[in-house]
Amino acid sequence: MRSLWLDLEPLLDKVQRPARYIGGEEGARPAAHGVGKVAWLLCYPDSYEIGLPNQGLQILREILNERPDAVAERAYAPWGDLEALMRLRGLPLFSVDTHLGAGEFDILAFNLSSELVYTNVLNLIDLAGVAVRAAERSDGDLLIGAGGHCAFNPEPLADFVDFFVLGDGEEVVGEITETVADRRGAGRRATLEALACLDGVYVPAAFEVSYRGMSAEVTPRWPGTPARVEKRTIASLGDWPYPKQQLVPLTEVVHDRLNVEVFRGCTRGCRFCQAGMITRPVRERPAEQVRTMIEAGLRRTGYDEVSLTSLSTADFSGIEDLVADVVGPADDGAGSAGCPAVTVSLPSLRVDAFTVSLAAELQRARRTGLTFAPEAGSWRLRRVINKLISVEDLEAAVESAYSQGWRRVKLYFLVGLPTETDEDVLGIAALARRCVEVGRRHVRGASVTVSVGGFVPKPQTPFQWFGQNTTEELHRKIRLLADDLRADRSVRLRWHDPEATLVEGLASRGDRRLGAVIEDVWRSGGTFQEWSEHFDYQLWLDAMQRHDLSVEDYAYRHRRGSEALPWDHLSAGLHKDFLWQDWQDALAGSGIEDCRWTPCYDCGACTGYGIEHVVASPLPPAGGSQGTGQNLAPPGPVPVRLQRSGPLAGVS
Amino acid sequence: MRRAELPVAYTQGFNPRPRISFGLALATGQESTAEYLDVDLRVSPGEIFGFAADMPGRLSAALPDGMVVTDACPLRPGAASLQEAVTSCTWEFALANSDADFAADWAERVRSADSLPLQRERKGRTTTSDVRTAVGDLHILDASCGSVLVAELGTKPRAVRPAEFLRLIAPPLAAGRVRRLHQWIMRDGERYEPLAPEAGALAPSGDAPVAASVDAAPAAQPEVCAR
Repeated sequence: MRSLWLDLEPLLDKVQRPARYIGGEEGARPAAHGVGKVAWLLCYPDSYEIGLPNQGLQILREILNERPDAVAERAYAPWGDLEALMRLRGLPLFSVDTHLGAGEFDILAFNLSSELVYTNVLNLIDLAGVAVRAAERSDGDLLIGAGGHCAFNPEPLADFVDFFVLGDGEEVVGEITETVADRRGAGRRATLEALACLDGVYVPAAFEVSYRGMSAEVTPRWPGTPARVEKRTIASLGDWPYPKQQLVPLTEVVHDRLNVEVFRGCTRGCRFCQAGMITRPVRERPAEQVRTMIEAGLRRTGYDEVSLTSLSTADFSGIEDLVADVVGPADDGAGSAGCPAVTVSLPSLRVDAFTVSLAAELQRARRTGLTFAPEAGSWRLRRVINKLISVEDLEAAVESAYSQGWRRVKLYFLVGLPTETDEDVLGIAALARRCVEVGRRHVRGASVTVSVGGFVPKPQTPFQWFGQNTTEELHRKIRLLADDLRADRSVRLRWHDPEATLVEGLASRGDRRLGAVIEDVWRSGGTFQEWSEHFDYQLWLDAMQRHDLSVEDYAYRHRRGSEALPWDHLSAGLHKDFLWQDWQDALAGSGIEDCRWTPCYDCGACTGYGIEHVVASPLPPAGGSQGTGQNLAPPGPVPVRLQRSGPLAGVS
Repeated sequence: MRRAELPVAYTQGFNPRPRISFGLALATGQESTAEYLDVDLRVSPGEIFGFAADMPGRLSAALPDGMVVTDACPLRPGAASLQEAVTSCTWEFALANSDADFAADWAERVRSADSLPLQRERKGRTTTSDVRTAVGDLHILDASCGSVLVAELGTKPRAVRPAEFLRLIAPPLAAGRVRRLHQWIMRDGERYEPLAPEAGALAPSGDAPVAASVDAAPAAQPEVCAR
C-alpha cells in the first residue's frame, strides 16, 4: 500500500483551500489496515466543507474502525481545480486520512442525501478507477455501495451502484463486512449474491426489471433474494452512542459545532416529509447519555456550541431540564474560566411561544437565527399536508421572538403542494405581513425573511402519487408572491430555483431508465449540480430528450393508485395502503395525530418490524401546538348546540 | 485554547471573542519554525509563570500533527504588539538541484543590485517601489536535502513577501518549499527574537512590571499576557 501524499502535496499550492485534502482533524486518528481486514472508503459526494460534518458517515466510520475485521477512511469530492490536476497526472480518488488511492480499498460507499449529487457519484466512481457501470466491473474491482435517504428509491443509480443499504446503517455495516470477508476470492457475483440476502441490503443486479409504459415490474432473479427489501432499524439509539470522537476540522465547514443526536425518527406525520416517513419509529436517546455526550464532546472538541439534532428537537422528552443543565445557571452569561457560556442550537424548532423562550434561554451567549417552518400559507393547506400550525401558534411564536430580542425571523414555505390555490400562495404573503405587524409592537424595523422552496414529491410518502408542479407553474406562483410583496420593505423573499426543483423531481421518483440520463449529464461535465453556479438545466433537458424520456411522465403526471411504482420492491415499513389512505385523507383535508402519544394507526413501521417508540414521556411536550390536542376531523358540517326556551318551545 | 483548558480572557460585549493577537500572517503552503502569538490570560500575576511553563505542552497536545508550541513566556504590560514590533523575517527557499548555477548567479545579481524595483498590484492599481533596503543578507547553503537560499526580508513599511522576492530579478527564481526561520525585532541596532527580554518578555525574577499591571486593573481577575 502506498500513500499518494508525495504526489498530492505538490498540487496543493495550486488549488483553492488545500486544507480540504490534508486530513489530520481532531478525532481522525487513522485506523491501521491489515491482512484480512475489509477496507471501507466512506465518501460524501460533495465538497469537504459540506461532507465533513455528515454525522452518518462519522458514525459508521467509528463503528467500522472499532471492529477487528474492518478499517474505514474518508473521501470527499475533490473540487474541480484539484480534480483536473489529478486526472492530468493519473491520480485516483484518495482517502483524506492516509491518502491511499481508492483502489486499495474493498468497498467505496456513498452517502446519498440529495438527488442532485448523483452525477458526482458517477464522477467519483470513475475517479476511483473502476468502470462506472456495475455490469462492466470485474472480480478484483471495488464494490460500490450507497446509503442515506435517497436509497429509498435508488433506481436511477441502479446501473452504477453494486449495493444499497436501506435505513439505519449501524448494524448492517458489520454484516456487510463479514459477508465480504467470507466471500473474498469467491468472485464478484458470489459476494453480491450473499449481500443480497442480508436484511436491508438491496442489490439491483439481483432484480429483473421490465417496463410497460411507466409501470415497472420488478422480480428477483437470484436464488435467496427476497422479493421485497425491508429497511433496517436500530431498536435503541442508546445502544449506539456515536460519534464518540466527532471530527473537528482544521478549516471552516458547514455546521461547525458539536452535534449530539437526541432522537431519530419523527411521527408528527407531515405528509410532504420523507425523513419523517422513512425513519420511524421515534427512538429517543436516554437523557443521561445525551448529557454525557455533550459534556465529553465539548471538553474533547473545544467547541463552544452544541446542536441537539433530530427532526424536531423541541419534542424530546424533558428538553427543558436537559438544556438547563447544558447552559448552566443564568448568571452573567459567563461560564467557568471566563469563557462565554455554551451556545445550544435546536434545529427544526417547533412553532410555538414555548420553544422560542427555550431558544432565548439557550442562546444567552450568542443569538443565532430563528427559523419557523409553517410550510403552507393557509390553515386549509396546512391540514392537507398535516403540518398543523395555527395562526395563533405562529403569532405567539413570533411575538415571543421579537419580544426577546430577535429583530428578524425567517419563515420557510413550500409552493407547489397538492390542492394549492393562488389564495394559499398569497396566504404566505399575508402571514409574513402579519408577523411583521406583531414584531413592530416590540422592535422598530422588525423584518421577516420568507424562503420558498418548490415541492418535490418523494417516494415512500403519501404524496408519492402527486404530480409535481411544472417549472412554469412554480415560476408563476413565485412571481405572484413577489408581486404581492414588492411594496413591502420589511419582508424579504428568497426562493429556490424551480429548474433545480424539477431535476430533483426527475431523480426522486425516477426508474432505472433515468440512469442513462444521469450518465449523459455527467459525461457532458455536469458535476456539482447542487451548487447553483454549476447547475446546468439544459444538460438535463437535452439528456432526457436524447434518451426519449419525458419530463411529463417522470415529474408532472399524477400517478394512479393501481400503478406499480419503481420502488415498490423497497420498503420503509410503511404499508402502501396506509400511504394511500393518508393521501386520500390529505385530499379531504383531514389531519392525523402523532402516534407517539396517541393510539397506533398501524402505518407498519413498528408492527412490521416488532419494534416500538422509545419515548421517555407519555405526554406531549408543553406548548400544545402542531396537532397535539387539536380536532383533526375533516372539515365538514359544524356541530351546533341549540337551546330552545320560552315561547320558542312551541316551535317545531 | 479551550481544548488545552487555558483560561483565555474574552472581550466584553454582545459577541465576546478570545483576546488573542496573531503576528504576521503566513501564506498558505508555507512552513515556519518561527510563528508567534500573544494571548491574554485571566490569571493572577503570581500564576502567569506557571501557565507559561505549561503552555507549550498543553497546547501541543491539543494541536494537530505538524504544529508544535515550543516556548512561551509572560509579556511585560505595554509591550509592542507583534504586528508593530517585528521588522524583518528570515526565509528559507528550497532550490531544485539542477538550478544550482542559476540560483547562485541570481543571488549574486540581487546582492549587487543598486536598486530592486518591485511592481505590486493593489486595489487594481499597479505601483512600483524600490525595495532594495528591505532585502537584507542572502546566501545559499547546502543542506542535507539539497541547496537552500536563505534571505532576510524587511516588513516595514510593507513586507516583501517570499513570492515577490523570487521575482525581483527576471527571470524569476523557482523555489519548492518556503519556510520562515525567524522573525526579528530591531532595537537600537540589535536584532532580537520576540521572546527575548529586550522584546518585552519577562524573566521569572522580573515580577515588578506585572504587579504594575494589577494596579492599573484592580479587577478581581487581572489579565496578563503570554507570548
